[in-house]
Order: sequence, then structure tokens, then C-alpha cells
Amino acid sequence: MTDEPLLRVSALSKFYGSRVGCDNVSFDLSPGEVLAVVGESGSGKTTVLNCLSTRLLPSSGTASYRMRDGQFRELYRMSEAERRFLMRTDWGFVHQNPADGLRMTVSAGANVGERLMAVGDRHYGKIRATAVDWLSRVEIDEDRIDDEPRAFSGGMRQRLQIARNLVTGPRLVFMDEPTGGLDVSVQARLLDLLRGLVTDLGLAAIVVTHDLAVARLLSQRMMVMKDGRVVESGLTDRVLDDPRAPYTQLLVSSILQV
Amino acid sequence: MTDIATYNFAYLDEQTKRMIRRAILKGIAIPGYQVPFASREMPMPYGWGTGGVQVTASIIGPDDVLKVIDQGADDTTNAVSIRAFFKKVANVAVTTDTASATIIQTRHRIPEHPLTAGQVLVYQVPIPEPLRFLEPRETETRKMHALEEYGLMHVKLYEDIARHGRIATTYAYPVKVEGRYVMDPSPTPKFDNPKMHRSPALQLFGAGREKRIYAVPPFTEVVSLDFEDHPFEVQTFDQPCALCAAENVYLDEVILDDHGGHMFVCSDTDHCEKRREEGHRGHLAPEMTEPAQ
Repeated sequence: MTDEPLLRVSALSKFYGSRVGCDNVSFDLSPGEVLAVVGESGSGKTTVLNCLSTRLLPSSGTASYRMRDGQFRELYRMSEAERRFLMRTDWGFVHQNPADGLRMTVSAGANVGERLMAVGDRHYGKIRATAVDWLSRVEIDEDRIDDEPRAFSGGMRQRLQIARNLVTGPRLVFMDEPTGGLDVSVQARLLDLLRGLVTDLGLAAIVVTHDLAVARLLSQRMMVMKDGRVVESGLTDRVLDDPRAPYTQLLVSSILQV
Repeated sequence: MTDIATYNFAYLDEQTKRMIRRAILKGIAIPGYQVPFASREMPMPYGWGTGGVQVTASIIGPDDVLKVIDQGADDTTNAVSIRAFFKKVANVAVTTDTASATIIQTRHRIPEHPLTAGQVLVYQVPIPEPLRFLEPRETETRKMHALEEYGLMHVKLYEDIARHGRIATTYAYPVKVEGRYVMDPSPTPKFDNPKMHRSPALQLFGAGREKRIYAVPPFTEVVSLDFEDHPFEVQTFDQPCALCAAENVYLDEVILDDHGGHMFVCSDTDHCEKRREEGHRGHLAPEMTEPAQ
């Protein structure tokens, strides 16, 4: 175990014409660390996520990732082939809407197996056994393996999407509102599952959410964004219990109490 | 004045043929790669072989001997029309004999008679993109080819095995050409896939509506995709051809009456006729007829 970070982000900015997507965002992410990015809609948190996952190229700034061989590589200088390879082996991306991250017209088993086949696995029996294993880890019954995700509920689809992303043993997972649009009991189970998986696998994750409770449960560290800028960052408990920036104080005090 | 005076030789104008030949040469240089080309309107509807006809028109010369088959048969509408078309616009010799043809335009079969060096097989292709039904975006599939991202192709085969217990794809079975590009061999039965492998003949593929040309040069590796524990295999038939008793050929089912009567006969009519001339007899073959008086 080294003390070196997994991901180093420095002065990342993205402008959409004259509008600011995100401005001067810098942070380090350690292996196994979960960072929550919170803020209201339009604060630039999804822009940050998309830039880091190379789905979007930033206007300026750098991000370097420590590859499995220990070498830092700058994300925006890699070739597209390398980036896409990274994306389907060492990284995962969990979309808010599972339909964006799943192939809705192929079976659950094939959804989980796709990444394995993409990296060259050519043994049907082994691929299927791995798929069965992963479905059980995300609490989907084995007999649903040949069903299409269209036949799944929202919570099941989200769990399937997580399995599909984790099957190649990634080290870094990006999550965009992973519990958005789910009702609270389903949300609770999903969070429980995610927390277990992240701890068991030692995953590093960047979770974008507007739900502070999700951030509290999942993350160790937190970054609060407003208008494309980071207004406050620190340990999650510290930020939520002792918010310093006026905007964070407003955000924390806006949580509805039941 | 001959019949061909009203047309340029082989129907297409010389500039168009030149453009198509360039696409063909590029296709040959990059086996299995789909080369875009400016497909022309042809005097036939899309889906009837406009791509194949344009390729044939661009490579045919006055000395060529043309054979056209449709599902293996020389005597079906499509085959007869295209053969008549080239007879009219290029005044070339036509044949049904596989061995003596120099260009064979085909819709969905490779002849049973082994092809030889110097022959050209022209395929009519409806959908050239093997990844089309898995990934609808052309921009994305082109990128996948460029980056050699073919995991998705195996997803399709995985689905087959999960649903049917075996790879149920029987035609348009994806192949990898020369270890690089995944290619759709057009909707030929997978029975014909092994014939493409290291074939001495040049194989050209034309898709008119989709505006793509691709090629497999002679003696090129063509490997059908499969899984280690579910290897590729071709169709087998329980009985020989009912007319010529041929085995290990691709058979068509022909309905004989309204009471469920049927027979299996060679899909390659030329092959079947040659065998019957040689005296091979299947169990439903008519008796030898006396020569006409």
C-alpha cells in the first residue's frame, strides 16, 4: 500500500462557451477513498464527473491517474483506445438512469458478461459462472439471469448496473446520483449494498449526489460545489456537522426533518 | 448497330466505375474493412442486389464469363434478370457452370464446386455492419471497428447460447478477417463460412443501399467467432439430396403437396444438375427420360 493518490486533479475547468461548467477544481483521491460531490442542480458536479471519466474533455487543467503498474498517466493525453480500455477495465460508471448504463435488449447475464468478453474472455461457462456470482452479490436471483433488464424494477436495474461495472474488478468507480429516482426503502437497500461492496473491494469512488444523506452514508470526504466552484471541502462528518461556508450552512439547514 | 449501343459498357459511366474500383482496391488492401462509396441508382430496387451489380459492372470486361446465383439457384427471378441485364449492357458470355465462370455474382450462397484462383465472387449484401443490431449508431460502430472493440459481438453469441443452449445464429454468422476486422459475410448460411477461409478466389462484397464495399483477398484467414466451450460448427443434414444423393452439401426444403410432403434438395442447382448428368440418383429423382425424338 502506498500513500500515493490514485487520481490527481489540478485546476480542472470546463466552459460551455462563456458559461462556466466548472472552474478551477483540484483534489487528490486516495485508493479506497469515497469522495462525494454535492451541490444543487447546475452547480457543475456532473460536469466534473464527466470530465474526470473522460466522457467530456475539459477546457483546461489536468487529471492524472495511477495505472496498475504504478505509473501516473495524464488522462487527457491518452489515446482514445487507451481511455476506452481503462473505462471498461479499471473504471466503472454508474449512471443515474440505469437504461443509460445497461443494454436493455440483452439478458442480465450478458450485461454482466459484456466487459469480460470485451477484455478477451472466450469461455461461455466461466463467463456465466461469474455472472451468476455477481448477480447474487447484488441480490438478484440467479433465475433472473436470462431476463432482459426491461423486465426488472428500477432498484434491480440499478443493482444490475453496479454488478456490470464491478465485474472486472475496477479500482475507481464514478457514480452519478446512484440512488436518484428510487423510493426510500429501495434506496436504503442499495446504499447498504454499495457501502458493503465499496468496503469489501476497497474501491475508490467519486459519487455525485444532491442528497446529503447519501453523501453521509457513503463517503469519507466531501466537496461542496456552487456555480462551478468548490466552496468547501473536507471530511464528510466535519462538513455536515460544522459547515463553514455560508452556502454549505444553507444546504445543511435545508434538509427536511421527518 | 448492336443492342448495347444505347448504354455505356456495363451500364455505369466510366467515372463511376473508376470510383467503385478505387473502393474495391482499398477494400482489398484492408481485408474486411467497410469502404464507403458513392452508390448509384440502379434500374432495380434496393435489396435486389444493387451493390453486387455495381461491383460486377465495375470489374467486368468483354472477355469475362458471368454466372449469377440467387440462393444457390441459377434459374430464379433475380439471377435470371441480372444475368440478362449484363448480357444486354455488356454483351458478355453468361453461364451456369461454376467452373467456367470468371465472375460469379451471388445472393447468399457460395457454390459447392470449389472456386479457383482467378475467379471473383461478388456478394450482394443487405446490411454490411455486423454490429448493427447490437449498436445502432454508425459513428459508434465505426469507432468500435477502428479500436478493435469486438466484445459486443460475443454478447450476441452469448445470448444465443443462454436462450437456445447453443449458438443459434445460422446465417450472417460473424467472422474475423485476417485477425483484424469483424465482418458480416452477408446472409450466407454459416455452412459456407469455412469456404471463405483461405479461398483462392477473390471475394468482393457490395451493399448498394448502405453504400459500403468490402473485400476478402485470395488466401485470407477467415475465422468464425465462437466460444472455447461452444466451438463453431456448420449445419448438418440427416439425409442426402433427394435428387442427386449428394452429401455434405447445403440443402433446401421443398414442399411437394398440401399433405406435408416435402423433400430436401441441393440449394446449388448447377451442382445438382452436374451430379445427375454424371448418373447420381436420389430417391425422388425422376427416371431417366428418353432423348426427344
